[in-house]
Amino acid sequence: MERLRKFALPAILIVVAFLFPPINAFLESTVDVNLMYPAIIVAVYVMLALGLNIVVGFAGLLDLGFVAFYALGAYVVGWLASSHFRQVSISFGSTATSLTGGELPGIHLSFWLILIIAGAFTGLCGMIIGAPTLRLRGDYLAIVTLGFGEIIPRFFQNAGDLWGFNLTNGTIGIKAIDSPGFPFLPESMIAWQRFGTLDLNPWYYTILVLVLITVYVNIRLRDSKLGRAWISVREDETAAAAMGINPVTTKLWAYAMGAVFGGLAGAYYGAFIKNIFPTSFSFNISILILCMVILGGMGSIYGVILGAVALQGLNFYLLPQLNEWVHAMGDAVGSPALSGLDLPKYNFFLFGIILVLMMLLRPEGIIPNRQRAEELHDEDATTGDAMSGRARA
Amino acid sequence: MPLLELDNVHSYYGHIQALRGISLTVDEGEVVTLIGSNGAGKTTTLRSIHGVLPPREGRILFSGEEIQGLPAHGMISKGISQSPEGRKIFHRMTVRENLEMGAYHRNDRAGVHEDIDRVFELFPRLQERFKQEAGTMSGGEQQMLAIGRALMSRPKLLLLDEPSMGLAPVLVERIFQTIEEINKQGTTILLVEQNANVALEIATRGYVLETGTIVNEAPASELREDPKVREAYLGEI
Repeated sequence: MERLRKFALPAILIVVAFLFPPINAFLESTVDVNLMYPAIIVAVYVMLALGLNIVVGFAGLLDLGFVAFYALGAYVVGWLASSHFRQVSISFGSTATSLTGGELPGIHLSFWLILIIAGAFTGLCGMIIGAPTLRLRGDYLAIVTLGFGEIIPRFFQNAGDLWGFNLTNGTIGIKAIDSPGFPFLPESMIAWQRFGTLDLNPWYYTILVLVLITVYVNIRLRDSKLGRAWISVREDETAAAAMGINPVTTKLWAYAMGAVFGGLAGAYYGAFIKNIFPTSFSFNISILILCMVILGGMGSIYGVILGAVALQGLNFYLLPQLNEWVHAMGDAVGSPALSGLDLPKYNFFLFGIILVLMMLLRPEGIIPNRQRAEELHDEDATTGDAMSGRARA
Repeated sequence: MPLLELDNVHSYYGHIQALRGISLTVDEGEVVTLIGSNGAGKTTTLRSIHGVLPPREGRILFSGEEIQGLPAHGMISKGISQSPEGRKIFHRMTVRENLEMGAYHRNDRAGVHEDIDRVFELFPRLQERFKQEAGTMSGGEQQMLAIGRALMSRPKLLLLDEPSMGLAPVLVERIFQTIEEINKQGTTILLVEQNANVALEIATRGYVLETGTIVNEAPASELREDPKVREAYLGEI
């Protein structure tokens, strides 16, 4: 049973994930259901949720501004793979080509290189933002991260004119971001040469590989020495320090690692949707990702994946679908109230209800992490025992 | 040169002065105990040594090197380890994981295994429970674990804060026997204890603290006979 859980289940999941595009093609040809686009968006959020899981689930730091790193990653791809910086003309391994045959304005780097740059850059930003804030504990940290989550999109909105320099193009955003691709491939593999909008398979496999890397790193981190340090800091910072663990650098690592995956997801997302605006990175997203982590089970890798799939599936696929059915039903029975209903508008209302129900019925999440579940269930083990010990003295 | 030397240490909690010029020494191989009533500054002295509450004035020397102002997490690599007041074990980790945390800064796997066995020898009860979650054990077992965990860094100096707190008299006896054994195996111990009776039984020397100052210092056997100490701390009238 233990072996089954450890190897068979992940193996099956990975195989199913890799076979998803043909399955989807089959579904499309038979029942006219195309899940490719929602699947990609869900996968981006799985990555974000796993990134936040490092911060919230492993290290126990409540981060309400995770969207900042998502936005940073997206803007990195915007800067390095579009014609935004018209002053220069730099190309390296990019899929972008000049239509007129002349020099292509802007910076156009290979998407794969940009991924690495985005990860490193957001990780660094995570450290810079984290350094002054991580001396705070609990609620105070949450408030400061909330602040950063608001500041960064606001900065992108206003940095269209930084002392005359157009860094982010303000509210108009950065448009026409280059597609990823492998330009060196032969003409017969055109879909992989330059990822297009008609064939989403290359996009899907790219994010799938990114998600798998994220899962792998999550597992390795959880079981590492650093992972143990995170748990100890989460349990008792003073005791952890007595073991020779520096709580500040330990927490900083969690923050930086989380930021790296937030940035990678952002870079992919930026390339996928091609146009990025400061308003795409609102506070709502921070909360949505946090909901995924809490719903699935803080610190539990499977749980967090499930939480992301459930919430984003609901958001991106189920609600619009339901909406259509309700409209059709409304038209059929001639009820203007039903046919005019806009269900997706109520998504956060629904998430709220789900969260409240979860907190009441199963606060440890759908698939809980062993230690986390206990922290939420028997409070006596921490305080009670020590207190009763004192009472006897 | 003493292993540990406090020279005129003043420590504060905010504006409140808790230590008013503490000077003491601990020589290698000794068991030194600090006794005194509630609020005398015993725990504060340990906290000052361990970097949790850096002293505002005075010097703390460990093997002749000034260590005041070093952060708490830097102490373990200097060779100072502590079993803090209230035990502070990691409740959700197993006994084994707790012991491994004690050796966190070490990289010699084989040595760590050896030391886990050594702790199990000292506290056989822990071996029976090594897979059990620490928070589910009794107070006495948790105390054993806290001391065992502190030993895992192979410290030169072990700081023990109230190891008898909340334990049945039989267990107190057993824990103190083990502390004596640890000392015989070569670890110097600074022991803070309210239960002056048992502390003075195993200690080489003792300091008596009152409201943040040291009022008496003598070999443990002398302190045990001191009528003032007997009256104030040993519960005799």
